[in-house]
Amino acid sequence: MSGHSITEPTRRQKWIAAVLVIAYTVIILIPLLWIISTGFKSPSDAISYPPKVIFTPSLEGYVNLFTTQTRITPDMEATLPPPETWYERLVREKGMVIAGPSRYGQRFLNSVIIGFGSTFLSVFLGTLAAYAFSRFRVPIKDDLLFFILSTRMMPPIAVAIPIFLMYRQLGLSDTHLGMILLYTAVNLSLSVWLLKGFIDEIPREYEEAALIDGYTRFQAFRKVVLPQAAAGIASTAIFCLIFAWNEYAFAVLLTSGEAQTAPPFIPTIIGVGGQDWPAVAAGATLFLLPVMIFTIMLRKHLLRGITFGAVRK
Amino acid sequence: MAEVRLEGISKAFGAQVAIDDVSLTVPDGAFVVLLGPTGAGKTTTLRLIAGLERPDAGRIVIGGHDVTALTPAERNVAMVFQQYSLYPHMSVRENLAFPLRSPVCNLPEEEIARRIGEVAEILQITHKLDNRATALSGGEMQRVSIGRALVRDPVIHLMDEPLSSLDARLRADLRIELKRIQKDLGATMLYVTHDQTEAMTMATHVGVLDHGRLVQFAPPREIYEDPVSIYAASRLGSPRINILPADLFPGAPAGAESIGLRPEHIRLGEGQEAQVVRLEHLGDQTRLHLRLAGHDLITLVAAHADLKRGDSIAVSPQTPLYFDADGNRI
Ligand SMILES: Nc1ncnc2c1ncn2[C@@H]1O[C@H](COP(=O)(O)OP(=O)(O)O)[C@@H](O)[C@H]1O
Ligand SMILES: [Mg+2]
Repeated sequence: MSGHSITEPTRRQKWIAAVLVIAYTVIILIPLLWIISTGFKSPSDAISYPPKVIFTPSLEGYVNLFTTQTRITPDMEATLPPPETWYERLVREKGMVIAGPSRYGQRFLNSVIIGFGSTFLSVFLGTLAAYAFSRFRVPIKDDLLFFILSTRMMPPIAVAIPIFLMYRQLGLSDTHLGMILLYTAVNLSLSVWLLKGFIDEIPREYEEAALIDGYTRFQAFRKVVLPQAAAGIASTAIFCLIFAWNEYAFAVLLTSGEAQTAPPFIPTIIGVGGQDWPAVAAGATLFLLPVMIFTIMLRKHLLRGITFGAVRK
Repeated sequence: MAEVRLEGISKAFGAQVAIDDVSLTVPDGAFVVLLGPTGAGKTTTLRLIAGLERPDAGRIVIGGHDVTALTPAERNVAMVFQQYSLYPHMSVRENLAFPLRSPVCNLPEEEIARRIGEVAEILQITHKLDNRATALSGGEMQRVSIGRALVRDPVIHLMDEPLSSLDARLRADLRIELKRIQKDLGATMLYVTHDQTEAMTMATHVGVLDHGRLVQFAPPREIYEDPVSIYAASRLGSPRINILPADLFPGAPAGAESIGLRPEHIRLGEGQEAQVVRLEHLGDQTRLHLRLAGHDLITLVAAHADLKRGDSIAVSPQTPLYFDADGNRI
């Protein structure tokens, strides 16, 4: 073995690692590629067997996703003016007309409001609580922290019935506020614990220096602690968003109209006109985007989170 | 700048007494050094003055005002911490500006820029101002953190072993620099170290802390020549003062248990016979290790002393220090 340090992996080890990582990535990405490609297939291509890897791309799935359509007879069609847009033409070719927009857009918006709203609230409250637990002498601190963690010791859905009844009493069923509060409550324990770990890592001396320099406790928190906890806050936010964004069981139980999120809505697309798999796949593909964009935006902080550490001399 | 006075300050952390009834006055414009080994309570003393800790008993008076109940921001003190002094998410310039932008300071930007320029000049970090704080060497970091104290105009500078993490050369340079700056500005300093060279060269007064108690407070020369106890005597002097049983030599006063011999208290060439154990050349001094009636003794000799292991040499004390059974000076 020639001149590499003991801690540095050998060339061979690096190759093995690279092959394993790439193989793993491919396996993980296959279902994702499947969904994305199905979204661009025509309904017949989508269910053909053996599955088509090469196909003529079509936007029919996306058009079906965003519209409701009704069938028309050929004589009726003759009375209509020719289609004006590409998507009207696409629909007309199947002997249908667009009756109006579907509810997907609105459900998607609900997911955005509820997902990001609860993420913001979880991280905001979590940061304040974590700071207090990290820095102040809180009575029965350890018991409180254990209690907060214990809310995650059973699956949240175990308390579905009481929450269902409670929400009905309080008028929170099928409201944005209700879902935001629920997801915040579930995420808060994770957020407090994760953030406390990050804030514990920041030496107190930094805030103390700011206090001596004439800043208030809150200013020291904002100008010194927050920037240094940015990596931790970003990774916590991603975890919170992923949970709230993907949550299915509570969404099915507690939302049906006004505040229904995308996860319970997407399966209902199947029923609209036969087995419309391209529309379902299109709905799922678009649904993936916000979390992906959010994660990519915060990626820099995630990487920094790994090398987290203060200036040590 | 003002006089800082501690009056009967005590502080315990649970059962651990950190500071025990300390009274001490840092005169206006003085450079006071606190000496003591790790755990003696030096850092706690600084934190009490800064307002980061509340004393269990006693008062802290700055410039005639009782500040015991004030917040750190209201006290107008500056502190250089032993560690973690720079904000890693800011540039050097932002770090230096941070104290000046605080709500209590609130200076106009031109004044901030002027002061940063001035301090950067003094500390020779002008070319590093736009670096990130994390992209500095240890010496530069420490100079910037000293700069963070110097840009302000506080009543007192509290410095907690600011040079201890630096290499010997840089420490020597900064020691001289810091003393010069303090003199030029007429600043009041309370400076913690366990480096006796720093204490001897910079201090106008030295306070010796022993397990939270202030055992002696005097100019460094006086502590060196006239220490109150073995403990205080051991804080200063290199090599350390030799402590031997008093009855080894004739002429001990009544009640003396130990005799303290610094190199200058040892006359070679007459008296008790001692064996040469080793000759140690340290460059700036040559230490002679002797064995005298079963006790070790270290003294200094000329660099070219014609001595070797196993030689015999006679030693006798010359105006030594005597201590009683409790280690107190007689
Ligand atoms: N926050 C604290 N909690 C508990 N004990 C402490 C704390 N700060 C200091 N002490 C104790 O007080 C004593 C003095 O500490 P310190 O002032 O840091 O000493 P020095 O700076 O001289 O090394 C030590 O015994 C230390 O363990
Ligand atoms: Mg200390």
